[in-house]
Amino acid sequence: MVLGAYNGDTLVDWSWVNDHTGEIRQRIVEHLQLVGWSLLWGLVLALPIALLVHRFHGFRGAALGVTGILYTIPSLAAFALLLPYTGLSQYTAIIPLTTYTLLILLRNILAGLDAVPGDVLEAAEGMGYSGSRRLLAVELPLAVPSIIAGLRIAAVTLIGLVPVAALVGQGGLGTFMLDGFNRDFQTPLTVGTVLVVIMAILADALLLLVQRLVTPWNRRTARA
Amino acid sequence: MSIQSILDWFDNGDHWSGPEGIVHLLWQHVQISVIAVLVATLIALPIGLFFGHHRRGSFVAINLANIGRALPALALLLFAVERFGVADPPAWMQTIGIGSIPTFLVLVALAIPPIVTNTFAGVSGVDPETVDAAKGMGMGGGQVLRRVEMPLASPLIMAGIRTSAVAVVATATLAAIVGWGGLGRYIYDGYRVQDDQRIFAGALLVALLAISVEGVLALVQRFVVPKGLRLAARADDDDAARRPRSANPGLAPGAAIETEPVVPT
Repeated sequence: MVLGAYNGDTLVDWSWVNDHTGEIRQRIVEHLQLVGWSLLWGLVLALPIALLVHRFHGFRGAALGVTGILYTIPSLAAFALLLPYTGLSQYTAIIPLTTYTLLILLRNILAGLDAVPGDVLEAAEGMGYSGSRRLLAVELPLAVPSIIAGLRIAAVTLIGLVPVAALVGQGGLGTFMLDGFNRDFQTPLTVGTVLVVIMAILADALLLLVQRLVTPWNRRTARA
Repeated sequence: MSIQSILDWFDNGDHWSGPEGIVHLLWQHVQISVIAVLVATLIALPIGLFFGHHRRGSFVAINLANIGRALPALALLLFAVERFGVADPPAWMQTIGIGSIPTFLVLVALAIPPIVTNTFAGVSGVDPETVDAAKGMGMGGGQVLRRVEMPLASPLIMAGIRTSAVAVVATATLAAIVGWGGLGRYIYDGYRVQDDQRIFAGALLVALLAISVEGVLALVQRFVVPKGLRLAARADDDDAARRPRSANPGLAPGAAIETEPVVPT
């Protein structure tokens, strides 16, 4: 690897890190805020859409088509389209990031609901669960692993996208990357990049843990 | 900012010609994207085919995709520029559309994982009984790959190339930050001089380009994927609509077309 030194500059100058612990913490918090709000909004929007589409199959193609087009719009372009309207407020980043989660979450929620075995549905009906109650009390819980799998993909994707938002003044760890690049100073670029990758790995692991905790029945069958 | 002011921006002939004009920047953007996806395909396809055919290396294929997802494209680009500099590439590279070496390298690097992963998934996912039948008919390894596995994997392979192409077009937008061209220039320059019309127009052009690339490749896919598979996909869709409670969805070849797009960039 050639990440070592360029222009005689070292990969990480630890004294810079020591002097900037406060700012590093602040950028991490900004990064997490953008990711967290976008994920939350994404889930709040995708869940009802998925449940509707699951019940009324005709809208499935339309919902996936529209979210697919939104997903195709490059992030810098999406931020830039909003910039004249939302300016420096966090919505400039949160609105496009939310739209990116929609396709991922919608697909995973639908896949989870589709995969509920017919026997289970019949048994639920036999126990008196009808339409919407069955959907919420039986099908949705069984779809949780697939939904969380979607959240994991969405979280890792967003963590890697937020750096681009630094270009339109949204803060986050991308600020370090751009700052290092603009000043020809390697350390901030390295620190920003490494923290983003670590954040992605931790978020993925954390959500996997959540999945284990909220679906204890999976663990039991896995062990049996 | 009004719609009229955007229309006026596009109506201005000065914005279409010259080195900062739409025609030139769009062409730069398209050229580097096309060459990057081509080179990435030439590298990724043989790798995916080899490991898929021998049904080995799934661990690497899956992790390659995950690493691709976690590494921010912006960081890769900045690192590449610091490493390789911004000097103009040799003339022969410029003639084939490579106007910036670090940008080109990053685009190729980003485009490889989805193609490898999808090709691997497509080829290794071919029903072993189908492969056995082909062998029983006297086909050798190479023939099985070319005449059975590749056609059956074509929806997934094409999906991988589509994913890569869209990611490449999106990432090429970032090249403006490191001093090169492409449509990202409008967004980046517009932001620096606080010209809302230019930012918006540039963003609109980039978004339209990405959506067009996706659309064009979807069309190409229709020609590449064998007719039998398309019919199977449609039959599966009809089936799914009639019996939405199918306990085992997503195993038909048609379902494979809808794989996870990897990353918006």
